[in-house]
Amino acid sequence: MLLIVCPYCGERPEIEFTYGGQAHLARPHQPAQLDDQAWAEFLYMRTNTKGVYAERWRHARGCGRFFNALRDTTTDHFLAFYKTGEAPPERTA
Amino acid sequence: MFSPRGVMMLAHTVHDIQVFKRHVHANRCNGVDNEWLEPAQAKEFCPPLNIEDNIRYPVLGAALQRRGGTARHDAVAWGYARAADALGVDIIENCEVTGIRRGPNGAVEALETTRGVIQSRKVGVSAAGHTSVIMRMAGVHLPLESYPLQALVSEPVKPIFPCVVMSNTIHAYISQSDKGELVIGAGTDAYTSYTQRGALHINTHTLDAICELFPNFRRLAMLRNWGGIVDVTPDRSPIIARTEVPGLYVNCGWGTGGFKATPGSAHVFAWTIARDEPHPINAPFTIERFRDGYLIDEAAAAAVAH
Amino acid sequence: MSRAAGGLRTPSGGRVDRTQRVQFEFDGQPYEGVAGDTLASALLANGVHLTGRSFKYHRPRGILAAGSEEPNALVTVSRDAARVTPNLRATQVELYDGLIAESQNRWPSLKRDFGRINDLLSAFFPSGFYYKTFMWPRKAWKSLYEPVIRRAAGLGRAPTHADPDRYAQRYAHCDVLVVGAGPAGIAAALAAAGSGARVILCDETAEFGGSLLAETSALIDGQTALAWVQQGIASLAKNNRVTLLARTTAFGYFPHNFIGLNQRLSDHLSRPPEGRPRERLWQVRARSVVLATGAIERPLVFPGNDRPGILLAGAAHTYLNRYGVRVGTRAVIVTSGDDAYQAALDLKNAGVEIAAVADLRSEVAGALPDAARLAGIDILPGSTVLGTEGDLRVNAVTVGRVHGGKVQAEQRILCDAVLMSGGYTPSVHLFSQSRGKLKWNDALKAFVPGVSAERERSAGACRGVYDLADVLADGAAAGAAAAGAAAGGGARRFMVDAFKRSSESYLGALPQAQAPSNDKSFVDWQHDVTSRDLDLATREGFQSIEHVKRYTTTGMATDQGKTSNLNAMAIVAKSLDVSIPQVGLTTFRMPYTPVTFGSMAGISRGDLFDPVRTTPTHPWAQARAAVFENVGLWKRARYFPRGGEDMHAAVARECRAVRSACGIFDASTLGKIEVVGPDAAEFMNRLYVNNWSNLSLGRSRYGILLREDGFIYDDGVVARTGPDRFHVTTTTGGAPRVLALMEDYAQTEWPELKVWLTSTTEQWAVIAVQGPQSRRVLETLVEGIDISSAWPHMSVARGRICGVPMLLFRVSFTGELGFEINVPADFGLGVWEAVYTEGQAHGITEYGTETMHVLRAEKGYIIVGQDTDGTVTPDDAGLTWAIGKHKADFVGKRSLERPSMKSAHRKQLVGLRTKDPRTVLEEGAQVAAKSGQKPPMELIGHVTSSYASSVLGHSIALGVIESGRARLGQTLYVPMPDGDLEVEVTSPVFYDPAGARINA
Repeated sequence: MLLIVCPYCGERPEIEFTYGGQAHLARPHQPAQLDDQAWAEFLYMRTNTKGVYAERWRHARGCGRFFNALRDTTTDHFLAFYKTGEAPPERTA
Repeated sequence: MFSPRGVMMLAHTVHDIQVFKRHVHANRCNGVDNEWLEPAQAKEFCPPLNIEDNIRYPVLGAALQRRGGTARHDAVAWGYARAADALGVDIIENCEVTGIRRGPNGAVEALETTRGVIQSRKVGVSAAGHTSVIMRMAGVHLPLESYPLQALVSEPVKPIFPCVVMSNTIHAYISQSDKGELVIGAGTDAYTSYTQRGALHINTHTLDAICELFPNFRRLAMLRNWGGIVDVTPDRSPIIARTEVPGLYVNCGWGTGGFKATPGSAHVFAWTIARDEPHPINAPFTIERFRDGYLIDEAAAAAVAH
Repeated sequence: MSRAAGGLRTPSGGRVDRTQRVQFEFDGQPYEGVAGDTLASALLANGVHLTGRSFKYHRPRGILAAGSEEPNALVTVSRDAARVTPNLRATQVELYDGLIAESQNRWPSLKRDFGRINDLLSAFFPSGFYYKTFMWPRKAWKSLYEPVIRRAAGLGRAPTHADPDRYAQRYAHCDVLVVGAGPAGIAAALAAAGSGARVILCDETAEFGGSLLAETSALIDGQTALAWVQQGIASLAKNNRVTLLARTTAFGYFPHNFIGLNQRLSDHLSRPPEGRPRERLWQVRARSVVLATGAIERPLVFPGNDRPGILLAGAAHTYLNRYGVRVGTRAVIVTSGDDAYQAALDLKNAGVEIAAVADLRSEVAGALPDAARLAGIDILPGSTVLGTEGDLRVNAVTVGRVHGGKVQAEQRILCDAVLMSGGYTPSVHLFSQSRGKLKWNDALKAFVPGVSAERERSAGACRGVYDLADVLADGAAAGAAAAGAAAGGGARRFMVDAFKRSSESYLGALPQAQAPSNDKSFVDWQHDVTSRDLDLATREGFQSIEHVKRYTTTGMATDQGKTSNLNAMAIVAKSLDVSIPQVGLTTFRMPYTPVTFGSMAGISRGDLFDPVRTTPTHPWAQARAAVFENVGLWKRARYFPRGGEDMHAAVARECRAVRSACGIFDASTLGKIEVVGPDAAEFMNRLYVNNWSNLSLGRSRYGILLREDGFIYDDGVVARTGPDRFHVTTTTGGAPRVLALMEDYAQTEWPELKVWLTSTTEQWAVIAVQGPQSRRVLETLVEGIDISSAWPHMSVARGRICGVPMLLFRVSFTGELGFEINVPADFGLGVWEAVYTEGQAHGITEYGTETMHVLRAEKGYIIVGQDTDGTVTPDDAGLTWAIGKHKADFVGKRSLERPSMKSAHRKQLVGLRTKDPRTVLEEGAQVAAKSGQKPPMELIGHVTSSYASSVLGHSIALGVIESGRARLGQTLYVPMPDGDLEVEVTSPVFYDPAGARINA
């Protein structure tokens, strides 16, 4: 069970959270302007990164807030937690 | 080591009954065995099953595929390997793909591996949880996410469990191997990962369900647990198709299933590679279906009644 | 055995209490042990080595080890018919008075076992034999081979009764978790606790001390090892920041320092107190972990190395010094290092004749061998073992002398015990599970912990530190560091007075003569994997160690290769002519030792399996013997049978009552979300397909929510209860996911919108009063709202009922004039009873979900999830009318423009009427355009809802049919096993299509 640091509540066990998938995917402002391929990219394409992945979590059984995390999907270790709307923190190496 | 001992899907709600009966009828009309059992019949087919109403979600019935069952997965792989070897196929163990070379026209030219370069004009990728990693080497992005999937076995016991039982509602999968181990499928973890391991609570949750359905098994012990990676598509159905890169083909997205369809999918995949066009059976299983909306929904929204 | 009985127990010493005699039974024979024994030590004290039969060849097997690594001595222990536990290691079963144990995998008896024939036929059972042998004739697999293999396989028998025992679970947090309470672990715990840390110290055995419990000569800081242990544990026990857990196995190491512990609480007791749990699962989150898991002695691989009476030298040492049991009377010791000499000396002192020490090293020097020589023990340097003799017990061993790589001389030595020692394999299981990187140590001939992946440290023998003084210092340093103690001050040193010893290890099979013995050299005892099997696998082309493992099954038995894995790798490496690191390691998987399913499930059974949600009127429905159904977590009354009615009769009556008079229904399970804020209407516009801007205060509307992919996700009536406030209802099962979806958009896509979302599902009781008499029932009860016909369908207003604040909807899911009373949940039952009483004069009838389903189907109202399946668009369901006409965007809108959504072949919701009005179609039945088809059939849709309508006098059904709306009036066919059923495609609205009743 992962140990997740909610930016609003602090360290909590994974079972308090729901996963929100890849982060920083903004819904297009005018979907009607997109062709089918571009719309499908938004709907379905995920980087599925093997390595450091920016992802969303929601502290569903806590404060209810969504936030972002950087996690290495080859180790499941977190590198950072940050609020929705913020850019991922700079990483060294 | 093929053991067609019957696969039984348990229904615990009225909604389950509706869904499974839809499967039963659709299968039957297509010539596939599947029949509906009332709880007492399910118990008769699988005596350790608890059909009393002393559990949270009592068994309301079951869909049974009598010819379904298990096959020893290693033996299947080795059997294919031996047959392929006999046909002159080189099987190279401990050989990791590190790159896919493409020519000036974009077509596949060669595979780069930890053991050298393999020239080829056609490459079929069937790399399960690592499919997106491999395909990205050729610049192909797929609608896939890779999740940990765990399974576990009990210590071996004398024959006690005659079939395969699944319950989607309370998340249980169980059968008994020839060796005597109860083979139990746990669920996927919530998050994508390539670590090939998962969380303890996923296992405790699946054993909750096993102990509810089979209270005799509570004293048995988990011997070994392991985690793999499953690649999941948005509609939970596979992709068996050509790609935008000439000479590159992919068979992926089998999620937690797939083993049962391995031989069939390989046949149509081989056809696709050989002829550079899909077989009628895999024609709908394209990448483009996600663009055009022709989804093949195995996930079927699991809503409940008002 | 009478000669040996009593004679094998030493007169004094060890951790047993000879004054407390314990009676037990093994395979029907009564035996006596003493308090403090394990089943294994008690059997050995009675001269019993033969305890099991091997998995494949059914060879007689004895006790090999003294701990959890035991591969052979597996037993079934029974307390009563239901408390039967198979596959326990006799080395871990603590003896109690009245214990009943049985050996396994033998027939008819342990001493005469028919399966033994497999050993004689073993030419047919090489590695992979399952896969190669039973292939012909093809039909024989199912009828003959598989049943035979299945019966022969397996170990113990599964219990045949439900387990009556309780299992507990708890979560715990600590600064330092120390796994293993041997010298390193105790030193670590002392150091960590000394710096004020919260410490948990666990050990899989009953008593703390580890190897020190069998240590008789060493002095630590001037005390005996045992005194040091006892003083250390006593000081830890006094510290209230320390938790000591004996009989507790750390079985799994999960990410972020999350460790699973399994604690055995009552299996060691003769009469466990009533209500005491059998086991407890601890889930520990540790700031730091110290792994002090020790090392496992490595067996030697030589022909006939599996006979009863052949065991690990360290195990024999433990049996002698910890349990006061001599494992034989005349022993041959085979060793690659010094430690076995300590066993030789102690055994000799205890009166066991040491026939010889066959040392694999050509040069034998050092303090311990010298002491052995001085004691008159015969040492044979440069030895190998060529074979053993004896049927149910070893009685001789043939030792060869290796010179210049060749076996030159042999010597047959009579004995009743062979004690082998191939050095140690550090127990790196948990380290490896934590994903720490192992590194090969050529000097130790073992993998040891390299780079850690978690905040974790290994200490002592589990990282290849074997000298006692070093082990203690290593433990103390790890404990202090784990607790974050300030550096400096110097590491704690221990004064240890003991023999210096060299622990040289041996790997792989022992050298054999030109024409080696025909007997098997076992690598994996329990799975009967021999060195030849491993060679065969590599010859057949299996190079990856993961394939070799699966093909030969080495390391896959219940001991998970604790004694065998490294020898197997060494043999494979030699066979492939590569180094061991090149062969690679198989992955260490949890659990370290098997963990009871029951402890994993804990109290999660019956009503505690999943939370039970009940509505305010649940007790009322229970009192009326309602039949309930599970809907999500909710218990809902499905129907209310009267006077022995079955569901069909009850539902027919309930339906007629609603249509002719009035019905009352508990709709409290509907999800309710309060959407509030200045931008609430804009938010709803962006989310739902409908237009909400023009919904005026006091009005409600049927809303549809899509997923972004364009398919129906949920539906429900949405009321505008304020300029900035919507009361959104959802399906019963959909409430959590709709709220999650709303929160997602509100927080992450449109954070600029001022809108707040609150789940109010549990705050409101919802009482539906439906039917032509419903207004008359409510007229006298409702205060503050004029509910005359001037108050139209889909109106909403606040008022009071029975003095209670109320939100009243004029709304109908039945097609009748109807109302839904929303009152605070605590008043729900009282209001329900008041309405029910008032309704008596008007024929009010309680109805359940089944009647609700029939009534809504008669009106063609869909149930999301029943009439839709995740591939249904609003247009498919005939709900295009609900979509806001001039909206530029809403969730899912863009997806509705994709080519597939415009296809002429989409399945559309229609009504289906059977030609025979009495025939009720089966929900899920398929529909075809052509009759008389044989499989595979061309199918164009399926039945989603189907009921007998007592009101209409015929059956009704809804279905989704390809181009369904273009087929109105057509005859279609429902192919059933006994023939096609004819159906006519109709409108989905069967009852009151003009809607006169609803607007009454």
